[in-house]
Amino acid sequence: MAEPILTLNGVTKRYRVDTPAEVEVLHATDLSLAAGDFAALIGPSGSGKSTLLNLIGLLDRPTTGTICLDGQETARLNEAGLTRLRGQSLGFVFQFHHLINAFSVAENVCLPLMARDKRLNRSALAQAETLLDAVGLGGFGSRLPSELSGGQQQRVAVARALVADPALVLADEPTGNLDTGSADEIFALMRQFNRERGTTFLIVTHSTELASRCNRHVHILDGWVTEDVH
Amino acid sequence: MNFQWLVAVRFLRQGRFQSVLIGVGVAMGVAIIVFLTALINGLQISLIEDTLGTQAHIVLKPRAEQARRLTSEAEGRSLTLVQQSPQRLTTIDQWQRLLPVLARTPGVRAVSPLVSGPALAIQGAAERNVTVTGIDPVSYRRQIPVQDKLVAGAYQLGPDQVLVGLDLANELGLDIGGRLRLATGRRDRVVSVSGIFDLGLRDLNLSMVYMHLRSTQTLLDLPGGVSRIQLQVKDIFSAEAIANNLKRQHALQAESWMSTNGELLNGLRSQSLSSDIIRFFIAVSVAFGIASVLVVSVVQRSREIGILRATGTSRRQVIGIFLWQGGLLGLGGSLLGLLSAAALVLLFTHLVPALPFPIPLTAPLMISTAALATGTGLIAAVLPAMRAARLDPVEAIRG
Repeated sequence: MAEPILTLNGVTKRYRVDTPAEVEVLHATDLSLAAGDFAALIGPSGSGKSTLLNLIGLLDRPTTGTICLDGQETARLNEAGLTRLRGQSLGFVFQFHHLINAFSVAENVCLPLMARDKRLNRSALAQAETLLDAVGLGGFGSRLPSELSGGQQQRVAVARALVADPALVLADEPTGNLDTGSADEIFALMRQFNRERGTTFLIVTHSTELASRCNRHVHILDGWVTEDVH
Repeated sequence: MNFQWLVAVRFLRQGRFQSVLIGVGVAMGVAIIVFLTALINGLQISLIEDTLGTQAHIVLKPRAEQARRLTSEAEGRSLTLVQQSPQRLTTIDQWQRLLPVLARTPGVRAVSPLVSGPALAIQGAAERNVTVTGIDPVSYRRQIPVQDKLVAGAYQLGPDQVLVGLDLANELGLDIGGRLRLATGRRDRVVSVSGIFDLGLRDLNLSMVYMHLRSTQTLLDLPGGVSRIQLQVKDIFSAEAIANNLKRQHALQAESWMSTNGELLNGLRSQSLSSDIIRFFIAVSVAFGIASVLVVSVVQRSREIGILRATGTSRRQVIGIFLWQGGLLGLGGSLLGLLSAAALVLLFTHLVPALPFPIPLTAPLMISTAALATGTGLIAAVLPAMRAARLDPVEAIRG
C-alpha cells in the first residue's frame, strides 16, 4: 500500500452555538488517504462535510484527535506553520471558482507560488502558463477571470490548486455550479492530473455518477464517517 | 515583484474610485499643511528680518558693576545697606584678542566691535538727544546692512563724518555735507553728514548716529575701548544657547535677541503652535480617511482575503498587503499634495502681487510633510490590517 498522505485519528469537532452546551458536528473520525487516491466525500447537506474539509484543509483545528498531513503532525504547528504546510501540501478547488479579479488568469494560478516565494517571478508565470495549457486554456493567461466562462474559470481554479504541486487537493463540490458538460470536463481534468502526477484528490460531490468514477468513497452522515470503501 | 506590494497595488487599482477619492483627500491635507506652513514661515522670516535687520543677534557687554555692601556694627547689632553702583561706560577687556576667538565660535557668522553712548546733537538752535554708535565700517556692514538703507549720501565714515537717520536729519535740517556738533558731558566734536539712512523705525531714525569707532572712542572718552561686541549667528534660534555658552566662557554679559525681544519670540512661538495644531488635526483627519477606506476595503475584500489565506498567504503577509495600501495612499496623496501646494504658492504669489513677503517652499518642509502623510497612512492601516489578518478564511470564503 502507498504511503499515507493524510491520516485522521479520532478527530472530533465541537462548536458552541448560541448555547452554553457544545454541539459535536464531527464524531470520532479515523480516515487515511494514500498517495494517488482519488476519493469522493459523499454526504447530504449538514452532514459535516465542510467541517471535515476545513479540518483537513488546516483552516480549522480539531477539538480532539490528530491530523497528520504529508508526514507532519499538525497539532504541533502554530498558525504560521499551518499556513506554510497549507501552501506546500494542499490545493483547494471551491464550488465557486473564487478567482481574484484584480489579477490576470495566469497571476491567479500563480497565487500559491507567490505566497510561498514572497514574489512573482518569471518561472512562476511560466509554470502557470504550462498548467493553463494542460487545462486547455493556453493563451488565456493575460485575460481577467471575468472574461472567461464558468467552466473555464473552474479550470483555472484547478490549475491554481495544482500549481504548487501539492500532495493533496481538496475539492469542495467543484462541479456543483457547472452545467453537466463542464462538470464532466472538470472531473476528467482532475482525474487526469491524479493519474499523470499521482496527486491525491478528496472531492466533495452530491453526484453519484461522478462519485462512481472515484476509486474511494468516504460517506459521512450526521458527523459520522460511516463508510470508507476501497 | 514583491507579492504584498503586487496585491496592494492591484487592490488599490481595482477599487480605483475609492483610491482616487482618498488620495485626493490626503493630497488636500498635505497641500494645506505645506501651503499654510510655508505661509507662516514666510511671515515669520519677514517679521524676524524686519525686527532683527537692525539689531545684533547677540550683544556682549562688560559685566554690570556690582552693588557695594556697607555694613556697620554697633552694640552687637549690624546694619546693612546695599547701594546700587552707577553704571559707567566701560570697555571690554582684551577685546582685540577676543574678536578672533568669537569669530571661530561654532554657529557665529559675523563679529563686530562697537562703542556707543549718549550725546547731544546740536545744529544751530536745534538740539536732540542721540546715541552715538562708533563702528568699524567694514565688519559692521556684514552684520547690519546700513549701506542698503541709505536714502542719501554714501556709506563713508571718515574721522569727522557721521551717518544720521532720516528723521534726525529732518529735525535738525541736515543734508549731505551738513555740519552738526556732537557734545557729551566732557567733549564735543563738529562732524559732517556723509549719509542719511532709513532703518524703517522712527525711533532709530531719530536717535541713531553712526560714527567711526576711533572717533567715537575719543568723543566718549573711552580711548582704545569698546563697550559692546555684536555677533550675528547662522541660525537665529540658536542665539540664546550660544549666548549662554559665551557667558560661561568669558567674563561678560551676553544678551541674545531672544531675551530682549520676548514678545516677538512669543508671537513666533504662538504662530508655530497654531501651525502645529492645524497640522495635527489635518494629520488626524487624513488618518481617519485612510483607515475608513481600508476598513471598508477589508469588508469588501474579505472573500479575496480568505482565498489568499487558503492558498498559503500568511497572516503577516495579509498585514503587509494592507500596510502597503495605507503607505501607498499616503505617499501618492503626498506627491499630489506637494504639487498642489506648489501650484497654490504660484497662484497666490501671482494673485497677490504686493505680497509683503515670499512664501518659501523648502525641501525639508516638503519631505517632512510627505513623510508625515506616508507615516500617517501606515499607522492608519494598522488596525484594518490586523482585522484582515484575523479573518477566518472559512467564514471569509463563504462570505
